[in-house]
Amino acid sequence: MIRVLFFAKLREALGCAELEWGLDRETTALEVRSAILEEYPHWREALSSPNVIVALNHEVVALDAQVAPGDELAFYPPVTGG
Amino acid sequence: MTPLIRVGEADFDAGTEISRVMALSDEIGGVANFIGVMRNTNDGRQVQGMQLEHYPAMTEKSLRSIADQAAQRWPLLATTIIHRVGYFQPGDQIVLVVTAANHRGPAFAACEFLMDFLKTRAPFWKKEVTADGEFWVDARESDNEAVQRW
Repeated sequence: MIRVLFFAKLREALGCAELEWGLDRETTALEVRSAILEEYPHWREALSSPNVIVALNHEVVALDAQVAPGDELAFYPPVTGG
Repeated sequence: MTPLIRVGEADFDAGTEISRVMALSDEIGGVANFIGVMRNTNDGRQVQGMQLEHYPAMTEKSLRSIADQAAQRWPLLATTIIHRVGYFQPGDQIVLVVTAANHRGPAFAACEFLMDFLKTRAPFWKKEVTADGEFWVDARESDNEAVQRW
């Protein structure tokens, strides 16, 4: 299992803040996203946007990052703090 | 030098934080600071309030990483970053950055660097409340340009 989190405008677009996602072997963030979109195809436009940032265990990564069971993955829009 | 990083709803007093930094070392010759304040207008809209959201497990780690990068570039003697979250009204303080060094050059530069980086890297998001509804603030191109120059 991994925990998948969505923040801000992306969370509102998907109507979902958090998912527990079944994962029993290491795979890429891209593959996790693809699998999520198979289950939720109406999320495709929002979640596949090139502006979406991916964080794995609290660090920004590229989609080819390796995700393992127990990890935490987050998808979020460009940040606007400060 | 361990940066002081704080994320939370509580307000801060810049004077208190600056005094705390100055008391850390007699080697400090220059202390710089920046305070981010909520404005009452943005992109032509009158703003009544703002919700500032964050990724709790990641924000402190992200700010600490940014502070560590600044410490690698400049000989800093102290760094403080306080970023508030929650609901804000115009005039409320949002963020405080304090930097200290032997001389003013590194203190000034690091202060600006920290603001440019936290505005483009740290996982915070603002949603404005206006008379016409609620709007997520868009990331600014000017902020991305600012961070490129470092």
